[in-house]
Amino acid sequence: MAEEKQDVELFSAGHRACGGCGPALAARLLLKATGKNVIVVASTGCMEVFSTPYPETAWEVPWIHSLFENAAAVASGIEASLKKQGRSEKIVCICGDGATFDIGVLCISGAFERGHDITYICYDNEAYMNTGIQRSGATPYGASTTTSPTGTCAPGGNPLPKKDMPAILAAHGAPYVATASIAYPNDFVKKVERAINTPGPCYIQVHTPCCTGWGFESRDTIAISKLAINTGLWVNYEIVNGVVEKAKKVRRVPVEEYLEKQKRFRHLFRPARQDAEIAKIQAIADANAEKFGIDIKLRKPAE
Amino acid sequence: MALGVGCAAPPGKARDNKTGSWRVFRPVFDPETCNRCGMCALVCPEGCVHENEEGMFEPDLDYCKGCGLCEEVCPKKSIRMEKEEK
Repeated sequence: MAEEKQDVELFSAGHRACGGCGPALAARLLLKATGKNVIVVASTGCMEVFSTPYPETAWEVPWIHSLFENAAAVASGIEASLKKQGRSEKIVCICGDGATFDIGVLCISGAFERGHDITYICYDNEAYMNTGIQRSGATPYGASTTTSPTGTCAPGGNPLPKKDMPAILAAHGAPYVATASIAYPNDFVKKVERAINTPGPCYIQVHTPCCTGWGFESRDTIAISKLAINTGLWVNYEIVNGVVEKAKKVRRVPVEEYLEKQKRFRHLFRPARQDAEIAKIQAIADANAEKFGIDIKLRKPAE
Repeated sequence: MALGVGCAAPPGKARDNKTGSWRVFRPVFDPETCNRCGMCALVCPEGCVHENEEGMFEPDLDYCKGCGLCEEVCPKKSIRMEKEEK
């Protein structure tokens, strides 16, 4: 079965994503994990636009798009109908961070409260990339976007922290909540497999760098997502029945290594280096490391 | 009951769109040094790197956009990007 999945490409080539697109890779990996027996619900967003410009579609599984905000509600309806008919298809929502963190929270909250057997996947590229890089609730502190530009009034870019969406959905009583990254494709595939086989509403947030919106070379997509993990600004973990498990441990590197490679953080280094702002971002990474215990500690000599 | 609302497209219709024309750099695979780990096929956002009958990996240049991700992840450095001659 696993081998069969590897061979069949359910997310076809010919979609109009930029070269080196992180979300396109996430979509491919998602369908590798789910196989054919799935119904995909998409919200409006970059992935919906690049994969399905009418009359083309890159999806080779049933796929439905309604509005920006209601993917979770559409999925709830499909799930209820399939349950009544006794059918076995899995329901997967694939939505961007804007649809998840800002616009769709009402419908997501409702679906998770009612306990529908759906898997909600948020591909997190940390801004509204499709419409031209506007700030969303997922944009990290300090990133420059077109609606949180850097300038004399806001030398640091986005002044607000990233919303902790996994914790919000874990607080709804979701049986399985996880974060993943395309830097570790097999880990993401495993998490999707676990989520779709867990009864009840599950949530996965996958970190998908956007070379156009973040400003880096298309070949660096994987390297950037790996750096996000190695600096502690992104943490891969699972929350099973409200308990944090399996946070990925790393030997952390300073956040500068991640920031200086991206145009959205360029104002922190040029024309003058803003040490105070970089220290604030380092503090966010340190807080993440403290919260999830991701630092690999060298074994201390016996006392 | 026929509902005439919305749009539908045949599955995988996007294959009509040959995105290979976007390419500036083309990946060149060296079968001599390749250890067949398959990372290039795993990380390709287009899903256009395939294993051929001899077990070697090769890109489908009809769709390859030349992003260079495969070159970056290749542990044996057996993929290099060459300027496209048109």
